Amino acid sequence: MKLIHEFPVLIIIIPLIFALIIPLVGRLNRILPWIIASTITFFCFLTSIFLLFTVLDTGKISYWLGGWEPPWGIEYVVDYLNAFVLAVISFIAFIVSLYSGRSVEAEINEDKQLAFYSIYMLFITGLLGIVITGDIFNMYVFLEITSLAGYAMIAMGRKRDALVASYNYLILGTIAATFILIGIGYIYMATGTLNIADLQERLPALFHSKMVLVALAFFTVGLSLKLALFPLHTWLPGAYTYAPSVVSCIMAATATKVGIYAMLRIIFGVFKIEFDIHFIPIANILIVVSSMAIIAGSAVAITQTNLKSMLAYSSVGQIGYIVLGAVLANQTAMTGSIIHILNHALMKGALFMVVGCIVYKTGIEDISGLRGMCKKMPFTMAVFTVAGLSLMGVPLTVGFVSKWYIAIGALNAGMGYLIPVIITGSLLSAVYIWRIIVNIYFPDELPEPELLYTDGGTEITDNDTYSEAPWSMLAPTMVLAVLCIYFGISATAPLSIAEKAAVMLSQ
Amino acid sequence: MTDIIHIIQTKYYYLVVIFLMMIGLYTTISSMNLIKKIIGINIFQISVFLFYIAMAKVKYGTAPILWDKAKVYDNPLPHVLILTAIVVSVSTTAVALALIINIHKEYGTIEEDRILEKQKLDFDRSNIA
Repeated sequence: MKLIHEFPVLIIIIPLIFALIIPLVGRLNRILPWIIASTITFFCFLTSIFLLFTVLDTGKISYWLGGWEPPWGIEYVVDYLNAFVLAVISFIAFIVSLYSGRSVEAEINEDKQLAFYSIYMLFITGLLGIVITGDIFNMYVFLEITSLAGYAMIAMGRKRDALVASYNYLILGTIAATFILIGIGYIYMATGTLNIADLQERLPALFHSKMVLVALAFFTVGLSLKLALFPLHTWLPGAYTYAPSVVSCIMAATATKVGIYAMLRIIFGVFKIEFDIHFIPIANILIVVSSMAIIAGSAVAITQTNLKSMLAYSSVGQIGYIVLGAVLANQTAMTGSIIHILNHALMKGALFMVVGCIVYKTGIEDISGLRGMCKKMPFTMAVFTVAGLSLMGVPLTVGFVSKWYIAIGALNAGMGYLIPVIITGSLLSAVYIWRIIVNIYFPDELPEPELLYTDGGTEITDNDTYSEAPWSMLAPTMVLAVLCIYFGISATAPLSIAEKAAVMLSQ
Repeated sequence: MTDIIHIIQTKYYYLVVIFLMMIGLYTTISSMNLIKKIIGINIFQISVFLFYIAMAKVKYGTAPILWDKAKVYDNPLPHVLILTAIVVSVSTTAVALALIINIHKEYGTIEEDRILEKQKLDFDRSNIA
């Protein structure tokens, strides 16, 4: 038996083992946990790239846990969709753990730093597990591992509001997970199997059963809560605002994406698209809800004065885009939606990393604290501009590619009236990004700063002298910004994979 | 009418599940006390566990242990799933209680409305300063 055949399970096991090893050896040296976390996430990244190329070469990989044949045993499946998501998640996890060293030192109490790295590894284990598993109950367990690690990481924030934000997320997250558990119970009752591929075969015969309808309803509500779709997004802004910057970064870039992956897999993989459209109008409901998310998330982001909560509301809007593309249920829109998983991870990761750099240098999280920052931190601000432009969807950046595909998909689906929604969302994001860019580069054009809104009474520091964030933080941030432009100009590589995944889902 | 009576007679365990589920969700939503919310969540989760256990029962079945007198066994798979779900539920409760201890340390109260008042005070103070 070659080690290469064990990669689908090693990508889960290795971070899980090191989550336990880090607290044991971490006391020896202060930077050891950071080095271990970076090495392990780099290993996960290499493994997922290897899996991606194997899938492109030979098609679906199926790994039987413990040698038990599915549907009796647990099966790990890697196909086009989850190989792509695995690569995105592990890449972002690697970049964020490189970045985390200095930021964690500055933002998390010293006695909790060791625990942070341990929980971070658990969080990554859970994320990769949700994506790679082919067993629906296993997916629930990994979802809960991720969420529990997430609650603990959010609660490490400096302000005491972080505790309350984490508690609110815990209550809503647990209700969501229990809804998903009820859904799993119903489809198990109907079919007697938990394997996703097996469910795909057995469910179509049962589409008229009320049990399956109820299961779909519970899944939709539970997953929408987990991925923070508009009316159920209330936990997200608080959690992202008060968590340490590293945690906001990894959660914004990966956790919601994995929620969307779970939704794609269950709503389109387990249930068929014809079922979603013909038996109950779930696609229509989700189209309305996600359009509302695009407009409302972006509009509320304009009113925020705190940088992190502005980015959090903008995430609510961007999640709307991804869900909209997915539920339009044609190939083009779904390609746009899958590629937006990568694109949004890149740009939101970069934006939250920039906020982390600013907090590291000045301790300010407020927009008015950014006045004239272009002289103090020119590189960081350049990254902010690039990622901000991608968020708006300016051509030659990644945001344009995915929005273009979603818009064409809306036209193909005969829903041209959705295009104003997509454009309005972009214009609103232009408003909230431009407000900051003006503060950074053209401070003289603005009225005197309103001191009323500075965050926590921190004095606005001297912004004229050059004082850039350390390179260990700046370099990962710039990598993401460069990728934002690179994949905006030459999007063929991710697009070809996303197209194959979309074809697979819409069959 | 006879239909309803028939359902109550034969499927009463599902009614118990629904009853517990509603009690749990209502407690979570309506209660202001953070600990009571967690109790509500626990009742809600336990109702789902009972749902799985009820679904696993086979008529005249015995416990799924190899036994020469047994003809029919209950389905053991939901039992195993629920063992896992119980572990998840216990760890969620542990994390929640740890958070509540820290909230009590920081705010001096575990009533949600009082915490909101204090958060508002914090916010005003930081804006004036």
